[in-house]
Amino acid sequence: MFDQLFDAALLESVVRAMVPILLAALGGMICERAGVFQIAMEGMMLAGAFAAMAGSYLAVSSGLGIVFGVTAGVLISLMLAFGTVSRQGDPIVLGIALNLMALGLTGFLLPQIFGVRGTFRHERIDGLDRLPIPGLSEIPWIGSVLFDQTILGYLAFLLVPAIWLLLFRTPAGLRLRGVGERPLAAESLGVSPTAYKYGAVIASGVLSGLAGTQLALGNLVLFAEGMSAGRGWVAVVAVMLGRAHPFAVFGASLLFAFAEGLGFRLQGNGLPVQITDALPFLVTLIALIAARKRFARLLDLTTGG
Amino acid sequence: MTAALEFRGVTKRFPGVLANDAVDMTVRAGEIHAVVGENGAGKTTLMSILFGLLPADAGHILVNGEPARFASALDAIRAGLGMVHQAFRLFPTLTVADNVVFREEPTRSGLVDRSESIRQVRNVADRYGLAVDPTEVVENLPVGVLQRVEILKALYRDAQILILDEPTAVLTPQERDKLFEVIRLLRDSGRTILFITHKLGEVMALSDRVTVLRDGRSVAHLVTADTSPEEIARHMTGREVDLDRRAPQHSPGQAVLAVSDLGATGEHGRLAVHEASLEVRSGEIVGIAGVAGNGQSELIEVIAGLRAADSGSVHLNGVDITHAEVSARRSSGMAYVPEDRHGVGTSHRASVWANLLMSHQRGPAFQRRGWFNLRAVRKHARSLISAYDIRTGPIGSPVSTLSGGNLQKVVVAREISHGAPLLIAEQPTRGLDIAAIEFIHSRLIQFRNDGGAVLMVSAELSEILALSTRILVMFEGRIVVELDPSQVTEADVGVYMTGAHQEHPDG
Repeated sequence: MFDQLFDAALLESVVRAMVPILLAALGGMICERAGVFQIAMEGMMLAGAFAAMAGSYLAVSSGLGIVFGVTAGVLISLMLAFGTVSRQGDPIVLGIALNLMALGLTGFLLPQIFGVRGTFRHERIDGLDRLPIPGLSEIPWIGSVLFDQTILGYLAFLLVPAIWLLLFRTPAGLRLRGVGERPLAAESLGVSPTAYKYGAVIASGVLSGLAGTQLALGNLVLFAEGMSAGRGWVAVVAVMLGRAHPFAVFGASLLFAFAEGLGFRLQGNGLPVQITDALPFLVTLIALIAARKRFARLLDLTTGG
Repeated sequence: MTAALEFRGVTKRFPGVLANDAVDMTVRAGEIHAVVGENGAGKTTLMSILFGLLPADAGHILVNGEPARFASALDAIRAGLGMVHQAFRLFPTLTVADNVVFREEPTRSGLVDRSESIRQVRNVADRYGLAVDPTEVVENLPVGVLQRVEILKALYRDAQILILDEPTAVLTPQERDKLFEVIRLLRDSGRTILFITHKLGEVMALSDRVTVLRDGRSVAHLVTADTSPEEIARHMTGREVDLDRRAPQHSPGQAVLAVSDLGATGEHGRLAVHEASLEVRSGEIVGIAGVAGNGQSELIEVIAGLRAADSGSVHLNGVDITHAEVSARRSSGMAYVPEDRHGVGTSHRASVWANLLMSHQRGPAFQRRGWFNLRAVRKHARSLISAYDIRTGPIGSPVSTLSGGNLQKVVVAREISHGAPLLIAEQPTRGLDIAAIEFIHSRLIQFRNDGGAVLMVSAELSEILALSTRILVMFEGRIVVELDPSQVTEADVGVYMTGAHQEHPDG
C-alpha cells in the first residue's frame, strides 16, 4: 500500500497544490510584516480565479487571463487597504466581508455571464502552458515535479528567496518591517506608514490574484464556484506558522500542500471524499493549536490590542 | 549671535482651546535652552508645530534666520533638527544600527550595507561618548541605553538643533547625570539644545536660558544664572509655590500590612520577587524606590491580588489574604491606585459617576431593592468631584474625556473616600503637572495623618523622599535596603537602585 501512496505523481500533486497556497501566503506575509492583518486572501484568490478564466475566455489567451486575475486581486486589495489603512476599520470584519463578497459576486456573475451554474468549462478558456526546462525536467522523480511548471509555478518558487532578499537586505524591506513594528517611529523618520501599508496590501492582491489564476488556468482549466475552497485561509495559517519568514512560510505551505495532495491520493484509494477533503484542514487545525501562542501575539501586534 | 530658532507669535487653536497663544521664543545657537511649563501649557503643541506635525494658525518660526514651515518630520530633519521624543520611537526587534540608519541606509548595489552602517554608528557613538553596541537588538537594552540610541539617531542625521522632550523621566539619577554630560558635550561641539521639562532642578543644573510657558503663552524669558527655582515655579503656576514639600512625620501605629518572604514569578516565568518582607503601619507612608523592572510592579500586583504568590504570605490587619480574591481584599480594607490609570484604574468608556462608584456599587447606600439609587449615586459623585476639584463635564460623560490629572483624581477620590485603612499607591503622580501633583500629595499626607497606612511605589525619587516615612529600595526582585529619608539624598538612593551596594549591605 505504501508504494501505491508515495510516488512521483503524489509529489507532483503536492507541488501543484502548493503553488496557489504559497503565492497567497507570500502576499499575506508581506502584509504581516507591514503590520496589516490580512485575511482576505481567500476572496482575492477566488475573484482572481474567476477573472482569470473570464479574461482567458474573452481573448482565448492565458496572458490576458493573468492580467485579469491580477486586476481582480488588486481591486479587492484596494478596498481592504482603504478600509483598514485609510479608515482604520477592523481588519477581521473587513477581511471576512470581502471574502463573502467575492464568493457571492463570482457565484452571481457565473450564470449571468456564462449561463451556467456550478462549474464552467469551455474550449475558449486557454490554460497556462507547462514549460518543461530542457534537460532538468528529464531527471527521474524530481524532474517532472520541479521543472515542469507553469510560469506561475516557477514564479512562486523564485519569489521565496527574492522576497527574503527584499525584506531583509534592502532599504525598502527595512522600512517596511519598521512600519509594521512601530508606525510612529517610522513616521518620525520620514517614512510614510500609509504608503508602505498600501504597497504591502496591493502586493498581496497581486500575489493572491496570481494564486487564483494558477487555480483556474494552471491546476485546472475551468472555473467552479468557491473553487478557492479554503486555500486562502490555509495561506493565513501558513503565514502564522511560518512566523512571517519566507523560508518558514514556504515550509508551512509545503506541509499543507502535502496534506492536500495526500488527501487526493487517498481518495483515489477508496477513502470517502468527505474525509480526504477534510485532511488539509485537520492539519491546519493541529498547526493552529501548536502555534496558539504565536497567533495570540500576532493578533495583539496587528490590531494594536 | 544669530538665533538658531526663533518663534514669533506662534498661535495654535484647537476646538475650545487656545493651545499656543502668540508664543515668542528665541533660542541662541550653541546654548542649552530649557522650555518649562505645566502639562497643558502648550509645550508639546509648540514642538509639534516646529517639527511639522501640526500647522500653526498664525505666526512663524525661523531656523537659523530662515523662515521654516515643515510639511513633515523629514523636512525638519533635513533642516538640521533632531527630536528625542519622550516615548522612545524605536523598533524593538531591529538592531541599534538598523534603528539609527533607518531611511538613511548606506547601500551597496541596492542592498543595505550592514557592516558600513555598524561602522558609521560606532563612529558617531564614539565621538560623543555614547556607549552603545550597534549590533545589539534594541528590545534587549535598558532604557538608559535606548535614550542614547535616540540621540544617536539625531546625530547620525547631523542634527544641529537637538530637541529633548522630558528626557529624564525614565532615568536613574546616575543615568541622568551621564545624559547631562553628553548634552554639555554636544553644546560644546557647537550644537543647540532645546530641553523640555517640568523639573526645576534640571533646569537649574543644565540650562543656559529658560522660556516659561503658561496657558499657551510664553510668560517669561529668563537667564538661568540670574533666576531661582522659586521664580520659575511662580511663572509656571502664576502664584507662589512652596517647593519644599518634605512632610512632617508622625509616629506610626499598628502594622496594617505585613508581607513576609514573598516570592512571585513575573512574565515569561522569570522570578520577579524574592523573599520580600515589609510592614506598613498606620500613620506612615512607606515608599518603594527602584529602577523600573526590578520587581516593584510584581510585588504590588501580588499584594493587590492581581498576581499569584509562589511563596510567603500577605496579612492585612492580621488576616491572611495571601490567596484571597481581589474583592475580599478590598472589602477587608485595601484601596489601590494602580500604575495604569487608563487601563486598570478606570474603565475608559464608563461615565465619570460610574468610575467614582466602581467596586463600591454594592454598598447599601447606593441601592434600593436591587436597583441603583441614582439620586444617591449622583450625589456621591458630585460630592467627590467638588472635594477633589475634578474638572469634568456632565457626570454622565465618559471618563476618557478627562485630562490625565483629573483622571487620576477620579481614581484617588474613589480609593481614598471609602475609609480603607491601607492605600497602595503606584506611581501616583506620574505624568501630572505641578498643581495636580501638589494636590495628590496633600491627599496622601491627609490620609496618613488620619491614621491610614500607605504603600507607595514611585519612579520619582523626589516624591519618594518628600513623602515617605521609610524608604525601601528594590533591586532584582529583592528589598535590598531600608533608608530614612531624612538621612539620605537622591544620589544615595540611586546608588542602591543600581545594585552597587548589593555585595556590601553596610556600605
